[in-house]
Amino acid sequence: MSAMVDILKGVMATRSGKIGVVLVTFHLVLALVAPWLVPFDFDAQSAVIDHAGPSLAHWAGLDILGRDVLTRTMLGGREALLVTLFGTGLAVIWGSFFGVLAGYLGGRVDDLIMRSVDIFLAIPWMIFLLLVIASFGNAPMVMILTLGFFYGIGVVRMARAATLEVVVKDYVLAAKARGESTLSIMANEILPNVRDVLMVESAMRWSWMLLAFSALSFLGFGVTPPTPDWGLMIANSRIYLALAPWPVLMPMIALSSLIIGINLTADALAKSLGVDKTTRALV
Amino acid sequence: MLRLIARRLIFAVVTLWVVSMVVFSAIELLPGDACQAFLGQMAQGKRLENCRTEHNLNAPAYVRYADWALGLSAGDLGKSIKRSKPLEDIIGPRFRNTVILGMTAALVGIPLAILLGALAALYRDRRPDLWISFIAIFCMTVPEFITGTLLISFFSVWLGWLPGIVIMRADAPLLDVLSKIVLPVMTLTLVMVAHIMRMVRTSMIDVLASDFVMMSQLKGVSRLRQVLMHALPNALLPTINLIALNIAWLMGGVLVVEVVFNYPGIGRLSVNAISDRDFPLVQAIALLMASLYVGLNLIADLLALLLNPKLRSRGAG
Repeated sequence: MSAMVDILKGVMATRSGKIGVVLVTFHLVLALVAPWLVPFDFDAQSAVIDHAGPSLAHWAGLDILGRDVLTRTMLGGREALLVTLFGTGLAVIWGSFFGVLAGYLGGRVDDLIMRSVDIFLAIPWMIFLLLVIASFGNAPMVMILTLGFFYGIGVVRMARAATLEVVVKDYVLAAKARGESTLSIMANEILPNVRDVLMVESAMRWSWMLLAFSALSFLGFGVTPPTPDWGLMIANSRIYLALAPWPVLMPMIALSSLIIGINLTADALAKSLGVDKTTRALV
Repeated sequence: MLRLIARRLIFAVVTLWVVSMVVFSAIELLPGDACQAFLGQMAQGKRLENCRTEHNLNAPAYVRYADWALGLSAGDLGKSIKRSKPLEDIIGPRFRNTVILGMTAALVGIPLAILLGALAALYRDRRPDLWISFIAIFCMTVPEFITGTLLISFFSVWLGWLPGIVIMRADAPLLDVLSKIVLPVMTLTLVMVAHIMRMVRTSMIDVLASDFVMMSQLKGVSRLRQVLMHALPNALLPTINLIALNIAWLMGGVLVVEVVFNYPGIGRLSVNAISDRDFPLVQAIALLMASLYVGLNLIADLLALLLNPKLRSRGAG
C-alpha cells in the first residue's frame, strides 16, 4: 500500500500530474454517484420546449428531444468507464502474461508469440470491433472482451521489451539456479521489475480504449439509446450545432476532460517512474 | 542485403495470407451465414435458397476460402450481397479517395511534425517547447470526431469559409477531391502531427546530447548545420518504423473522420457494409486495409534498412 502512496506522491509532484489526478478522480466519483445527483430523469422529455438554452431549471439546456443535457452529460460516461476500465484490465493481464513469457523463454516460443502479434497488428481492429458488435450486440461484456483482446496485442510487445531488459539480471539467473518454476520466476522476479512500465502502459491504453469506445458510440455501435453516452450525444446533436451548441459542447467537455486527465496522469506517472513512453508506437 | 529484403517480402506475404484466413474464419464464426445476416427476417425458404446458391454458400468453408483466395490473387475481390456492381467498382474509387486523404494528411503532417519536434527539442523545457507539447497533448487526446466537429463549427458555421461536409461522387476527379478535403485533412493532420512530433522530439533530445553532436559543436560547425546535417537525420532513423506503425494505427481514425465529414472513402464504406451486413464487402475491405498496413510497414522497414548501414551489416531481422 505504501508503494501506491509513493507513486501517487510522485505523480502529484508536478502541476500537470495534479490536474490529471483531479480530473480522473472527479470523473470516477461522478460516475459512481451521478444517479443520485442528477436533477432529472435522463429520459424524461420536456413536452413544451426542445433545444432551449440554459435556464434556472435546466442549467445546460435541453436537447432536440427536450431532455436535460446536464443530466445526460453526468450519466454519459458511466458505460464508457465501466467498459474501458475492465477492458484495460483484461488487456494488461493477458498482454503482459504473454509478453513476459515471450521475453523470458525466448527462442521458439518468443518467435511464435511475436510473429502472431505482428500478424494480429495487421488486422484492421476497428472493422473487427464493428463486426463483432453488429453480430453479438453491444452488451458491456462483448465490448470488454473484444476491446480487451485487441488492446492486449500492443501490451505483449511492451511487456516483452521490458522483460528482455530484466531477464539478463543476476537475480533472474539466481532464481533459475535455485530451480524455481517458470511461473514463479515470471511472477516473483520479472513482474515486480517490469511493473513500472506496465503501469504507464495501462494508463496510456486506458485513454486509447476510451477513444475507441467513444468512436464506437459516435458511430452508433457503442450503447443503445436512450442510454446516455457522450459519443452518442455528440453524434445525435452534432447536426444542430449552429442552432443549439449546448447538447454538443457539454459531452465534448466531459469526454475531453477525462481523456486529457488520463493522459496528464500517465505523463506524470511516466516521468516520476522514469519510464520513457514517447518513443513508443501507439499499437 | 538482398536476402534481408527477400525475408521481409516473404514475411509480408505470409502475414497477408494468415490475415486472409483470420478474416475469412472470423466471418465464418459469426452467427448465421452471409445470406442469413443480409436477409434478416426474410431469410427463409426459397429466397434464402436462391441467395445461397447465387453466392455459392452451400459449398464447404475450405472450398469457399480457396475460391476467394484464388480470386483475390487474380485481382477479383468477390461479389457483394447487397450491391449489384462488382466489388472492384465499389471499392476502387473509395479506396482511392481514402488514399488521397491519408497521403495529403501525411504530406502535410510529417514535415510539419518533424519541424515542430525539432523545434521543441532545441528549445527543450523553454517556452516554445512547453507550448508545442501542451497543444500536442490536446490534439492527440481529443477524439477525431470532436476535433472534426470543432473545426466544422469554426470554419463552416462561424466563419463560413469552408463546406462542413464533403458532397461529391465517389469517382469525382482528383482536383475536385483535393478542393473538398481541407477540413478532413486538417482533422487527421492535427492528430498525426501531435503523435509524430512527440517521437521526433524525444529522439532529437537524445541525439543532441550525443558525443558526435558535441564534437561537431567543438569543431565550430554552425548551429543550423549541426541540427540539419548531424542531429536530424540521426534522430529520424529510429522514428521511421514508429511513424509507419502509427500511421497504420491511425487508419482506424480515418474511418471516424470519413463518417464525420461524409467523405466517400473506404472507412465510411466499411461502416455502411457492416450496417447492411454485406459480409463479402466487409471481408474485402478488411483484407485491403490489412494489405495497406503491411505495405506501409514493409516500406518503412526497407527505408530503415536503406538509411541505417548498421542494420544491413548485422544481418539480423
